[in-house]
Amino acid sequence: MQLAMEQKYSQEELEKRFQDKIDNDIKIEPNDWMPDAYRKTLVRQISQHAHSEIVGMLPEGNWITRAPNLRRKAVLLAKVQDEAGHGLYLYSAVETLGADREETIDDLHSGKAKYSSIFNYPTLTWADMGAVGWLVDGAAIMNQVPLCRCSYGPYARAMVRVCKEESFHQRQGYEIIAKLAQGTPEQKEMAQDALNRFWWPSLMMFGPNDDDSPNSALSIKWKIKRFSNDELRQQFIDVTVPQAELIGLTVPDKDLKFNEETGHYEHGPINWDEFWEVVKGNGPCNEDRINTRRSAKENGEWVRAAANAFAEKRKMRVAV
Amino acid sequence: MSKNDWPLWEVFIRSKQGLNHKHVGSLRAADAEMAIENARDVYTRRSEGISIWVIESNNVYASDPSDMDSLFEPSQTKVYRHPTFYVVPDGISHM
Ligand SMILES: [Fe+2]
Ligand SMILES: [Fe+2]
Repeated sequence: MQLAMEQKYSQEELEKRFQDKIDNDIKIEPNDWMPDAYRKTLVRQISQHAHSEIVGMLPEGNWITRAPNLRRKAVLLAKVQDEAGHGLYLYSAVETLGADREETIDDLHSGKAKYSSIFNYPTLTWADMGAVGWLVDGAAIMNQVPLCRCSYGPYARAMVRVCKEESFHQRQGYEIIAKLAQGTPEQKEMAQDALNRFWWPSLMMFGPNDDDSPNSALSIKWKIKRFSNDELRQQFIDVTVPQAELIGLTVPDKDLKFNEETGHYEHGPINWDEFWEVVKGNGPCNEDRINTRRSAKENGEWVRAAANAFAEKRKMRVAV
Repeated sequence: MSKNDWPLWEVFIRSKQGLNHKHVGSLRAADAEMAIENARDVYTRRSEGISIWVIESNNVYASDPSDMDSLFEPSQTKVYRHPTFYVVPDGISHM
């Protein structure tokens, strides 16, 4: 279908028609003509996003069997199951762009594809389940809400579903951390320690500063992105700091202060060296996460083969 | 596609009695039965549906976006197909 359009119009006309649609907020659908760079950008972004949902199940999966009671366990299970669903919606969205799902997943396993660096940090205590839901899902929601209006139809529709499901994720996390913060001194310390460890990596989730984010301008022109990394990060800080204060926890940033004039919080410097180290694969859990995903695929191979054999057999029976 | 890859299925959900099945997304499954079970897990975790259709994506035929003008343009010029085309004298109601 791309071909039919290319026979009908010149490259220049195609690009103009494409950008006109975007400027008029008309969604791009899978069979529509699109520039190669737009397709490539989306394949990279959506597959990274899918990988993040899937790898993101691991830090929380670590605590399912050790949840402090049945209610917390049921909630955490439901939350982690949602993340698997998010991964699936997103892998399906990548497939609409012509990417091969197995190759996409193999790229994750070979280390070629990236995922959100936040999931390379360990979850050491139960309080981390609180910090992850509150901060990590909170930051993810900040990123994902504008993506519901992304110019690529299948990605935008997947994000609408994801955002609907995310809203309970953040609340259950905040509930955990708030409960601990109101508990014994030891429990409060656990909550504070989780905030200390997850605060800065959560700010890094929004990606490098705008000056160091060269692809952003194009993504904004194509309406894949609606806000810059720094804008989203600021928004996150502004809503999250009062949430910490309300439950008596301290954000671990000695330079943090509210600017009355701008109405925004000002924060201290982010350790970008740490960010790039983790992106490069040198975070505390990078190796462990990828090994876990790899062995999940390898150990599941016989299940996929058996399902196919069973489907084949059933087809034969129907044929007879 | 390696030997153990599963085919792609399109999923349609009826959200409640009296409404159409509507396309909600796709998934991979070895056969139709598994596709329905997976669709139940993936697309109806919050009572979004009471009925599921699945169809192998290979069996979907789609119109070509480059034919959009010739396919759909004629209906745009036939304004007399809409009630607003007609002048109804003042004082007439229930029409
Ligand atoms: Fe998610
Ligand atoms: Fe989530």
